[in-house]
Amino acid sequence: MDILGLLIPVSLFLGLLGLAFFFWMLRRGQFDDPDGDANRILSEDYDDKPKK
Amino acid sequence: MTVTFDHAQERARPGACPACNVAPAAEHLAELPKDATLMLSLPGIHCAGCISGVEKALRGIPGVKEARVNLTLRRAAVEAEPGVTPDDLTQVLEAAGYEAHELDPGVLATTAADRAGRDLLMRLAVAFFAMMNVMLLSVAVWAGAEGVTRDMMHWISAGIAIPAVIFSGQPFYLSAWSALRGGRLNMDVPITLAIVLAVGTSLYETTQSGEHAYFDAAIALCTFLLAGRYLDHRTRASARSAAQELAALEVPRAVRILSDGTEETVAASDLAVGDIVRVKPGGRIPVDGVVTEGQSELDRSLMTGESLPVYAGPGQVVSAGEVNLTGPLLVQVQAAGRDTSLHRIADLVAVAESGRSNYNSLADRAAKLYAPGVHILSVVAAVGWYIGTQDLRVSLNIAAAVLIITCPCALGLAVPAVTTAASGRLFRKGLLIKKGTALERLAEADTVVFDKTGTLTTGTPDPVGLEDLPEGDLRVALALAEVSSHPLADALAVALRARGLQPATVTDLVERPGYGVEGLWHDKPVRLGRAAWLGAEAPDMTASFLKIGDQAPRTVRFTDTLREGAEETVAALKADGKRVILISGDTKGAVTRFAGRMGIDEVIAEALPEEKAALVADLAAEGAKVLMVGDGLNDTAALAAAHVSISPASALDAARTASDMVLMGRSLAPIGDAVTTSVSAAKRIHENFSIATVYNVLAVPLAVAGLATPLIAALAMSLSSITVSLNALRLR
Repeated sequence: MDILGLLIPVSLFLGLLGLAFFFWMLRRGQFDDPDGDANRILSEDYDDKPKK
Repeated sequence: MTVTFDHAQERARPGACPACNVAPAAEHLAELPKDATLMLSLPGIHCAGCISGVEKALRGIPGVKEARVNLTLRRAAVEAEPGVTPDDLTQVLEAAGYEAHELDPGVLATTAADRAGRDLLMRLAVAFFAMMNVMLLSVAVWAGAEGVTRDMMHWISAGIAIPAVIFSGQPFYLSAWSALRGGRLNMDVPITLAIVLAVGTSLYETTQSGEHAYFDAAIALCTFLLAGRYLDHRTRASARSAAQELAALEVPRAVRILSDGTEETVAASDLAVGDIVRVKPGGRIPVDGVVTEGQSELDRSLMTGESLPVYAGPGQVVSAGEVNLTGPLLVQVQAAGRDTSLHRIADLVAVAESGRSNYNSLADRAAKLYAPGVHILSVVAAVGWYIGTQDLRVSLNIAAAVLIITCPCALGLAVPAVTTAASGRLFRKGLLIKKGTALERLAEADTVVFDKTGTLTTGTPDPVGLEDLPEGDLRVALALAEVSSHPLADALAVALRARGLQPATVTDLVERPGYGVEGLWHDKPVRLGRAAWLGAEAPDMTASFLKIGDQAPRTVRFTDTLREGAEETVAALKADGKRVILISGDTKGAVTRFAGRMGIDEVIAEALPEEKAALVADLAAEGAKVLMVGDGLNDTAALAAAHVSISPASALDAARTASDMVLMGRSLAPIGDAVTTSVSAAKRIHENFSIATVYNVLAVPLAVAGLATPLIAALAMSLSSITVSLNALRLR
């Protein structure tokens, strides 16, 4: 059972990391155009100026 | 790479959000360089090819630095040097095969960043993260953890759940607080109470090493309800931004003549009383005023519903919104901007609208029954258990269990999930839902009132009976018609060309603004124009006249062109058992003939705007639920007074503002779809309420009997929410 003392903080930390990453994406506007992003991967052009 | 910027300037500008003030560099990065941001609406784009096609075309224009398409909003943002005008961009795009319109960035600014949506999404993410972790710990407890281990799990759960609940539940607490302060009850009151009680008793249980901690249920409740709230928000936000986009399509500009004779283009709102503005043929009059120079004809159909153009000359009073047809006019401004009659009517509509917001949505009605019921039930359970056991802890636990298990997860999701699915479906078909309760009201409609000009018809004329005229005359008519840009002449020229005719050789062609066109053919004067000019008798329908030499004038009659899908829509509505009424400001003859063609039995002609609104009010007084479909200024009062209303995208801004739904395309066909979809959406909402009720009937006795363990509460709650969401998805 001692392993729980390690695993629970680790899983919480990883979860928080994911949450922080999600916030960062949200702030950068990556959820502003879901339809466009889904379609852009089909385009041949290299998008050298991705949306900030 | 280093980023350098002026700190002093940076500090002077208020941050876009609290976090931006903390991290100004992030905001700096997020902002594109400010040249001129031009916004374009691209209603036709739909795929990856369109995105790269549009971006490539835009980037190819000299002066354009950056172009980015947003497919979700069907818009393009263009960064360009100040010299580049929106017209340059739309012309290039039209040439490349994409329909494009300029948008007014000022009007759009408010929708650029969806602050509320991001906020909800952030809270949802926090709640979801906490729910996942707490659930994980709960599984250990459910699996049979005992003693110290269970207490530890509970303490860690408390550590995660309490801050998460405090942060992510704020929308509910605030709304519940404002409802209570106003002396009302809404759905958020039992939600807040359940969360607070669940967290409170769970914390107490944990300190007492008890078994029943509901942290997982409390945070799951938050998550599901936030999901419902976010869905709801998304539906309305997309509708609101699209509605604003329609308003932004009209960038009102006017050409002002200065005292030294030079012209300048200004925003219509900058005009002052006494200014002289020039209105080109084909342009919309931006102000209320008096004609000082020029002769022309005015299309007043949007204002009055009359399809026949009206003569305009010096001294004629004109109103904003009328379209100048044939000749240039100079108009002296009497009222501009907010003071025009057009705006005053729009303001009246806003007043009329507030009356309709009294409509109680199904969710509100459910909450009114639900909230007191649940509270009474949990108080009764708590009191009963206290009398039975004399144990305050047990009775509080039971009360919390009742509140959690009855908490309206399913109710909170039932309506938003269905309306999101339904409005998404209608949006793809070209119908935009602006108001939250519009679908519910549309489902109840049993009487449909149509406006004629601009709604069932496109407002463009269509010549009839051309085969009765000799071919030689028609060729002369074609030669004359091609000179003018008058809508009747245009329509005649198109129809004659379509018959394969070549124009006769007519010389000395001159257009007389307000009258018609004249010329010389075989040394005989020929004229095409209005009845009075040719000495003919005006019939009661739209007509143009052709006079060759000394012959008696020949009549070319016109009927209105039907809007795409109009006949099918009327037929579908009648087949659905709805009462269909046609109302118009046009003359009796024209309206009756038209109604016969459409198969509509009930007709009201020559109706004034107040009469239209009064008719709708009368119908409502008789108990009918009226769906009004109209486009003009004369319809706006009726649109606002109706139970539910629809207007086409071509309608005046005031009419679109007054209506609950807007057709995005030219066709009327989505109206039939909307009625069907709204009926099935209402059915789904009722089904969802039934599901939630059945589940409550099953689960509440368990809770009252003290059998609801945290596992049962969590399972029952998730199950009902998922059932309700899946049921809503059947609508897609």
